[in-house]
Amino acid sequence: MVNDAYRRGRSAAPSHGTMQRYSIFSLARNALTGHRNWQAAWRSPEPRPAYEVVIVGGGGHGLATAYYLAKEHGITNVAVLEKGWLGGGNTGRNTTVVRSNYLYDESAAIYEHSMKLWEGLAQELNYNVMFSQRGVLMLAHGSHDEQVLKRHIHADRLNGIDNEWLTPAQAKAFCPPLNIGKELRYPVTGAALQRRGGTARHDAVAWGYARGADARGVDIIQNCAVTGVRRDGDRVVGVETTRGYIAAGKVGVVAAGHTSVVMAMAGLRMPIESVPLQALVSEPVKPVFPCVAMSNAIHAYISQSDKGELVIGAGTDQYVSYGQRGSFHIAEHTLEAIVELFPIFSRLRMLRQWAGIVDCTPDRSPILARTPVRGLYVNCGWGTGGFKATPGSGHVFAHTIARDEPHPINAPFTLERFRTGRLIDEAAAAAVAH
Amino acid sequence: MLLITCPWCGPRAEIEFRCGGEAHIARPDPATASDADWERYLFLRENAKGVTLERWWHVHGCRRWFNAARDTTTEEFLAFYRMGEPPPATLRARLGR
Ligand SMILES: Cc1cc2nc3c(=O)[nH]c(=O)nc-3n(C[C@H](O)[C@H](O)[C@H](O)COP(=O)(O)OP(=O)(O)OC[C@H]3O[C@@H](n4cnc5c(N)ncnc54)[C@H](O)[C@@H]3O)c2cc1C
Repeated sequence: MVNDAYRRGRSAAPSHGTMQRYSIFSLARNALTGHRNWQAAWRSPEPRPAYEVVIVGGGGHGLATAYYLAKEHGITNVAVLEKGWLGGGNTGRNTTVVRSNYLYDESAAIYEHSMKLWEGLAQELNYNVMFSQRGVLMLAHGSHDEQVLKRHIHADRLNGIDNEWLTPAQAKAFCPPLNIGKELRYPVTGAALQRRGGTARHDAVAWGYARGADARGVDIIQNCAVTGVRRDGDRVVGVETTRGYIAAGKVGVVAAGHTSVVMAMAGLRMPIESVPLQALVSEPVKPVFPCVAMSNAIHAYISQSDKGELVIGAGTDQYVSYGQRGSFHIAEHTLEAIVELFPIFSRLRMLRQWAGIVDCTPDRSPILARTPVRGLYVNCGWGTGGFKATPGSGHVFAHTIARDEPHPINAPFTLERFRTGRLIDEAAAAAVAH
Repeated sequence: MLLITCPWCGPRAEIEFRCGGEAHIARPDPATASDADWERYLFLRENAKGVTLERWWHVHGCRRWFNAARDTTTEEFLAFYRMGEPPPATLRARLGR
């Protein structure tokens, strides 16, 4: 069933007659007219009074959900309501690491589902999402790390996911800037490599899904904040917004850091804490860094964007915040680790720093589920590492909303697990979770 | 970096402290607690956008715990008070409690 979906995905072209297809020919044609005649990638309609499904949150996950609702389930009477601009939340703030080498079966299934969709996504959407499988290298600094990473490798292989062990010398051959010297405070003693892992262009993912959803009839409405969730008894009937009341048969909340705020409007308290997670980029330099490298133990990860900037991810602040800033000492801690692992970067200047508000669950696994309110669904808890899951999350969440029951892949990611105790404890397994 | 006023030591840099999360969550009685009680106690959080009451630990100082009220949109601290004390009366109106 799953394999079928990937195949269908690859061959399917957007069906809507009016969408301008992107190709080498359209590029050439538009070049001749000075690029003045490109059609807008999606409409900006006025909200209608009622929809079959309203998605709250126009990040990658919300937009992907709308896209698959239309494409896989034929539900096109859908609005995506975004309080700011598309992808202005964590989607546009993340460091774009994509991998599927998770420890537990449940996680492996959902992240690998995503990975397979990533592999055909540019063709599927007719939009270059710049998915680059340059490899994700996870460093070990001692016997404990080695055991943990090797356990991941074995578990992944049993789940059909590529992941392999490298010696320090092999790791350096794969990633030449890496310092494998013995003088490090925490010398590199090996690494796990997922070759199919890599990066993608964050904005393009949001824009590509938005364009594909719009072409299938979904209304994408920006600058429209949801301010209330209207219930009739135990059923959701619509949402109050800054642009008026919108009735809805079903509501899917995909609001990342603001999940607790939106769910409180429906009277629900969530197992979530929202904390700032920050990243920074250096001045652009020539191609020097060929992969993604990350170290859980000393907390650092790095890759190079196509613009040439080194993209460096730091940790979370320790307290709940909606302030989208991120403290200096957190960035400093990461940069100390980066310059020790990659001494050639010690004199680079940093260009920009920013933070997003990430929605962390106690077990650090997501929630994609029905809620106690009928017709109200929630997709959240992706925390520090949900960009990589965007296609798979949207795909199975659309199924959950359309059929009012979870897809087998997201069935374990319930809200009730915090009551039953059936956690999916990637918190203990991952550390640097991006 | 936050500047945090420990009720015993005065203002110190955030790196001396650990945040202990939401304050005033009472542990249910194990003899009578239901699964839902445990869920509320262990996992459900207010996660307020606005004023929040939280616990801090002066781990690299006097090693004592205390409570604070902070606005999670501005990071401004509105009050610091000792463990076992209720939030200051001036705050309670703002919190609607
Ligand atoms: C610095 C940083 C680095 C990261 N690095 C990685 C990484 O390398 N790899 C990885 O896999 N993940 C990473 N992540 C995590 C990843 O970014 C998120 O898990 C993912 O992007 C979440 O997507 P989303 O669509 O659910 O959320 P978002 O993109 O945040 O979308 C939610 C949207 O909901 C909107 N919204 C909120 N409230 C309302 C309302 N009331 N009404 C209407 N709209 C509302 C918001 O404006 C927002 O646009 C990182 C995150 C950060 C912050």
